[in-house]
Amino acid sequence: MEFNPIQYEELELLLTDIYKRYGYDFSEYSKASLQRRVYRLFTLDKFPSFAEFRYRLQTDALYFRRFVEEITVNVTEMLRDPSFYRALRTTILPVLATYPFIRIWHAGCATGEEVYSMAILLKEAGLLHKSLLYGTDINPLVIEKARKGIFPVSQMQKYSENYIQSGGLKDFSAYYTANYHLAKFDNSLTGRMIFSTHNLVSDYSFNEFQLILCRNVLIYFERDLQSKVIQLFDNSLENFGFLALGSKESLRFSPIAGRYKQVGKEKIWRKTHEAG
Amino acid sequence: MKPDKLLLIGGSAGSLQVMLSLLTELGSDFPVPVLVVLHRNSAFDSALEELFFTRTALVTKEVEEKEVPSAGTVYLCPADYHVLVELDHSFSLDYSERVHFSRPSIDVAFRSAADIYGSGTIAVLLSGGNADGAEGLAYVKERGGVTIVQDPMTAEVPYMPQQAITRMQPDHVLPAEAISVVIRGLAAYK
Repeated sequence: MEFNPIQYEELELLLTDIYKRYGYDFSEYSKASLQRRVYRLFTLDKFPSFAEFRYRLQTDALYFRRFVEEITVNVTEMLRDPSFYRALRTTILPVLATYPFIRIWHAGCATGEEVYSMAILLKEAGLLHKSLLYGTDINPLVIEKARKGIFPVSQMQKYSENYIQSGGLKDFSAYYTANYHLAKFDNSLTGRMIFSTHNLVSDYSFNEFQLILCRNVLIYFERDLQSKVIQLFDNSLENFGFLALGSKESLRFSPIAGRYKQVGKEKIWRKTHEAG
Repeated sequence: MKPDKLLLIGGSAGSLQVMLSLLTELGSDFPVPVLVVLHRNSAFDSALEELFFTRTALVTKEVEEKEVPSAGTVYLCPADYHVLVELDHSFSLDYSERVHFSRPSIDVAFRSAADIYGSGTIAVLLSGGNADGAEGLAYVKERGGVTIVQDPMTAEVPYMPQQAITRMQPDHVLPAEAISVVIRGLAAYK
């Protein structure tokens, strides 16, 4: 067992370098998780010392790109937490159906599985034709993957189970074409999606939405940054719009909590009025 | 005030009963927070929390993100999240890849706690059927913490404690019923 050479002081040094050189600000990310990811990359790429790791990051922009790809967590799945999707189907979509046009933002969407899940729900509710789904992530590599809509066939059984548990009544396999070990999702779904990179720390609101989903992203941020990002969502959400977070995340500690009301048991809140 | 010690108890298959007895034996005046890393299957078994609650004298709750632990409270890692420890001693949740097919992973929690608590870390590894925990335990030892492994002879599923013993030299290898006495001594020691 080797002593972890990237303790908190080293992490701070790296983050300062990165901010100065590349403008990416990770200073308000939760440090324990970040330290673990950085250490993982350090061992994966077999750096002999912290100094060499630091030098490479300072001087090699391509390597920095790899850094962003590897230290951000991209674990996701389709219809994750089926009860959440069931609530979307039964409670949220009927409200969205009353709008002439529906705009939804998946912030921190990683490889896009949740965006495809939402498109399936919209399609089944007869709403997809008047919806646009925006998927954003800080990591350009996962955004490229999300655009393609190609996922491992090995996951499909699990997703199909999630689909049924979420209240899906069709044959899940109708939504993709399997080719060897890959499943390509239907163009009718992809056609309503827009994917782009967006950094929740530094980028601004870019539209107004009726539903924003950001699940298992805030857990990687310190409290102040969580509040700032929630503020960004508030600015990007129409009045009476919905905000959905991950199963262990909450609006409770945010300054805007008073203007939001939780809908049912799932982590979904509705904006009740604009800031005074 | 931030506690300067943390007791971690990791276990998998065959560890639940041992864990419950152990926590009961710690008594209601146990002066250190406890983090329980138990491999669990279901994503919504609040029944487990209930079970801990009724069986132990200590306050039991699921870890909430950013929560700073208090002495005498037992924190359960939520299903499907890793738990890590921040510089201010608060807990963080993490949804990254499974480690040893496990989330929460014992290795992840042990390593992260040892980075913060150092020699104030007391880590216990119980019965289980996979290799999670061995590496974390080695790291705890390296950082000056105290490591305790359930004697595989007394474990319902000996693989996990056996892996740890093969990999490193724990400070104590103890039958299940002897663990609480040692822990109480360590927790009281200033």
